[in-house]
Amino acid sequence: MTTNARVAESGAAPALPSTTDVQPRAARSNAPKPRAVNASKSTGSKPAVLLCGNPNVGKTTLFNALTGESARVGNYPGITVERRAAQLKLETLEAELVDAPGTYSLSARSPEEQVAIAAALGLGGNPKPDLVVVVLDAGQLTRNLYLALQLAEFRLPLVLVLTMLDEVGDRQPLPERVGALFGVDCVGINPKRGDGVPNLRAAIERALNQRRLSDVPIAYSSQVHALRDRIASKLPDAWRQNVEHDRALSLWALLSISDDDELEVDQSLRAVCLEQRSEAEALGIDLDLEVVGARYQFIERELQGCYETAAAAPAGPGWTERLDRVLLHPVWGLAFFVLVMLCLFQSLFSWADPAIGWIENAVTWAEQGLTAKFPPSLLRDLVVQGIVGGVGNVIVFLPQIVLLFLLVGLLEDSGYMARIAYLMDRVLRGSGLQGKAFVPMLSGLACAVPAILSTRTMERRRDRILTMLVVPLMTCSARLPVYALLIGALFPPSKVFGLVPIQGLLMVAMYLFSTLIALLAAWVLGRTLVRGHRVPLLLELPRYRWPNLRTTLRMITQRTREFMVEAGTVILALTIGMWILLSFPKPEATSDAGSAPTAQLTSSEHAPPPSIEHTYGGRLGRALEPVVRPLGFDWKLAVGVIGAFSAREVFISTLGLVFGLDDTSDEALPLRDRMRAETRPDGSPAYPPLVGLSLMVFFALACQCMSTLGVVYRETRSVRWPLLLFAYMTTLAYAASFIVYQGGRLLGLG
Amino acid sequence: MTLNELPVGASAVILRVGGQQSFRRRLLELGLLPGTEVQLLRVAPLGDPLELWARDCNLSIRKQEAELLHIEPRTGARAQ
Repeated sequence: MTTNARVAESGAAPALPSTTDVQPRAARSNAPKPRAVNASKSTGSKPAVLLCGNPNVGKTTLFNALTGESARVGNYPGITVERRAAQLKLETLEAELVDAPGTYSLSARSPEEQVAIAAALGLGGNPKPDLVVVVLDAGQLTRNLYLALQLAEFRLPLVLVLTMLDEVGDRQPLPERVGALFGVDCVGINPKRGDGVPNLRAAIERALNQRRLSDVPIAYSSQVHALRDRIASKLPDAWRQNVEHDRALSLWALLSISDDDELEVDQSLRAVCLEQRSEAEALGIDLDLEVVGARYQFIERELQGCYETAAAAPAGPGWTERLDRVLLHPVWGLAFFVLVMLCLFQSLFSWADPAIGWIENAVTWAEQGLTAKFPPSLLRDLVVQGIVGGVGNVIVFLPQIVLLFLLVGLLEDSGYMARIAYLMDRVLRGSGLQGKAFVPMLSGLACAVPAILSTRTMERRRDRILTMLVVPLMTCSARLPVYALLIGALFPPSKVFGLVPIQGLLMVAMYLFSTLIALLAAWVLGRTLVRGHRVPLLLELPRYRWPNLRTTLRMITQRTREFMVEAGTVILALTIGMWILLSFPKPEATSDAGSAPTAQLTSSEHAPPPSIEHTYGGRLGRALEPVVRPLGFDWKLAVGVIGAFSAREVFISTLGLVFGLDDTSDEALPLRDRMRAETRPDGSPAYPPLVGLSLMVFFALACQCMSTLGVVYRETRSVRWPLLLFAYMTTLAYAASFIVYQGGRLLGLG
Repeated sequence: MTLNELPVGASAVILRVGGQQSFRRRLLELGLLPGTEVQLLRVAPLGDPLELWARDCNLSIRKQEAELLHIEPRTGARAQ
């Protein structure tokens, strides 16, 4: 079936009138019968070009250099792996460029690894690419060519790109010889400077017009061929194309399917693969070693002829190694790590603060302006308290999200993120989290919403979900005002041993407590609800490189926009829901109706007697009193807790309304005094320190943040995980508060 | 001898790769094949994982998985 001459053209050659194939659909002319399923998406519309490559080869920078500003971010069909696509405008035609997730191989054991093969072959709802552009790191050509070779085995139309040529010194591979390995074009580029990009565009255009297939003269043993060919007949119809393609796909299935994979494949295909594998075992054939070994042998042999001069080993350690000697040093490495993490934490915690303040002021200003401008009505309340408040709840996260995306982007691009995973693996491993979870966990101390978004650095869906489920347990900054109020109101300002102030000690204890519980929760969840196969650590520590600020900024804009639209809608809807809960039904007998106080801080006019206890939320609080009694809460605290389910800091304003304070906006002082003065019918204080402790434990563990739920929904594309998150955290909170309060009473502390 | 027993800084040639199918395949596909030269660059500050140098790449695996790589130490010649 090798109908195509193996012509190697240098990338610089002008677009020649094709001498090989000129039929526009030549790529499919080999197929016995073109499959409508696969062809439909690309015929009639723009040709699809897929950008493939190993991780850390500068794929995204190249993607941006090729497409300009138009990228859209979405997900691959059926899986939450980020998929970026954009218009690729060429001289004579327009194509759609899709950025595939970085991968070392097409082989897979999990659905997220399966994305690579599905995207390359157009399976499972992906459009079938008319061309695959493979980006190759010139400094790690052997390993990078492995992926290109796999793609060539499918005889996909390919264009190869050699990048990082500036890092290899004298060991310069010749693009035309590298392309000749698979009978395709190869172009050398430097996307940061833009060198070679016009050549690449020309090569892509030429390849799209010619539709020349790649080819690779690689032979496995006859035994491997026999095992492989027995699988081909069992491939699902939608997966089949021409003979070469089906053979390569059979080989893929033979290597990928195992006893413990999580692939989404046909049952009969799975059965025949496992059958052939045991057959191979019986014959004493080491399938994986034979196939992978043959591929590497081919690459090693052919690559020798691809260099201008005999490949001389670079003398001495490179600057990555010299940097690593410091940055991964037992003492200096850890010191530097702590410093970087302190900066990250500090920036989220306090540098974002002014911007958050401006946003909050702007929202308050808008709310007050609208309240003053329009006569009291239901519509006004909906707009002011529901919609403006809800939009405020979304945009208030922007400063931290933008900052964290910026920092995470810089950490990733520079190559340090992989080092964080390397340094912290030992710490997090015991809990079942992976090393890369460290940054989201730390960010969770500022706010869970950006922290959950930053889990995107993890490749495995199960690792991401596990991290997302425990990050909200970390003591975020929204819990601080609540802790401050409760500690100030209910605990004496005395000192332990006359030295350490008890109030400060409590604050530290709450941080330690939440971190410990988060690690514990990860351990338990990882063994129960988010079970997954243990996947051993296999981490590449890429070379250090200067981050590309433009690439990072573009990534920030895309992801932020996506957050606003997708998570934002959910947060807005939940805010309106909370508003209804806390302001309806309206009180009957108030004089100037309409301005029913709610959780919002906008009580303008002279406030009527608060009527929150008549609302659904208030009634719910009353109804729940018997349930929360064992935690030491009365109905007032229960209403406050219900209000806090929209966002924790709302606890303070809700509680203010419950206690009938008309201004609780900034100073929590009057509320503090009221709480201290509150007594039970028997005259004892209603809120002894034990109740304060129980309440703080509840706040530490309960999932009182609609925005977190909204963003988990957005990131997992499923209601299952946010519901689970809410349920497990709230149950945990109830149980822990119960133990604290009842235990404390048994010890005679109540 | 397995890779976890190699002294830091020393080089070796891989003789055999063991382990479960999917992880073993990943090791092989990253080029850790019998005959490939590896160097143990360092151990992480907290005692695990290890950092290796093979085929112009820095890779990190845990000690537990390093036991899957059977090696023959090289005397004298250092890896590139």
